[in-house]
Amino acid sequence: MFDLTGRKALVTGATGGLGEEIARMLHAQGAIVGLHGTRVEKLEALAAELGERVHIFPANLSDRDEVKALGEKAEAELGGVDILVNNAGITKDGLFVRMSDADWDAVLEVNLTAVFRLTRELTHPMMRRRHGRIINITSVVGVTGNPGQANYCASKAGMIGFSKSLAQEIATRNVTVNCVAPGFIDSAMTGKLNDKQKEAILGAIPMKRMGAGADIAAAVLYLASNEAGYVTGQTIHVNGGMAMI
Amino acid sequence: MSDIAERVKKIVIDHLGVDADKVVEGASFIDDLGADSLDTVELVMAFEEEFGVEIPDDAADSILTVGDAVKFIEKAQA
Repeated sequence: MFDLTGRKALVTGATGGLGEEIARMLHAQGAIVGLHGTRVEKLEALAAELGERVHIFPANLSDRDEVKALGEKAEAELGGVDILVNNAGITKDGLFVRMSDADWDAVLEVNLTAVFRLTRELTHPMMRRRHGRIINITSVVGVTGNPGQANYCASKAGMIGFSKSLAQEIATRNVTVNCVAPGFIDSAMTGKLNDKQKEAILGAIPMKRMGAGADIAAAVLYLASNEAGYVTGQTIHVNGGMAMI
Repeated sequence: MSDIAERVKKIVIDHLGVDADKVVEGASFIDDLGADSLDTVELVMAFEEEFGVEIPDDAADSILTVGDAVKFIEKAQA
């Protein structure tokens, strides 16, 4: 089950905690993995650790030309991307009434526009091959909202609508498009929270713990697999029960 | 058949997986050759790539048959 031998996967944001876990899991199942990130040293370190079947693709997703080049390079170097995991994301939190244009634009650019552009580069070759898996990492707050994150929530909700539309357009080509929506995950993003904030969050999670990166990676693996070939346009929520949607 | 017509025909045969004798000048991609709307977009993209021409959306909408495609490309390359 869930064997990815010979499949080629591109994971964006693979130097972040979550992206790294996803890349590790796809690699462990036999995939040839392309690691995208902004920090070359971290990419090289992860690639060295994983050993064979790894390529690295440094790129700045805020730069539209670099996003296009990333798609072209990954397609050429990996010899066709079968699995695209749009995981890279940023936050620029702040209460809405004080939110600057710059903070709005930066988050939408990386979390949504870069996803559109990179996916556009890689979708057509997938359609031609009559096989593909596009997996977008959204967030529970893209569905529930969250104070202080109007920009982030908008980008993550946008990702879900984007995925559903694309899923309908290309389903006949055997290319599936799905989202995974993590709840609170132990990561650099939640590491910034103080104890009081953490306590409040855990109070809202029936499982009384934050998720681990591997919990999310397992959902990604499923969607990437041949076994999930009839699943498209869906959002899998992995959140310890904090939102049952 | 002109060189352009031959190349167009080849793309259509490859992409839609239809018999060569069905791909005649008057054949409609959708009605006669079984293409869906996504196929027509892919065909247009394949023509653009093969002939190095740009086919804007409104022009693409008017390319309904094999002959339409050949005519458009001949004009674009003239």
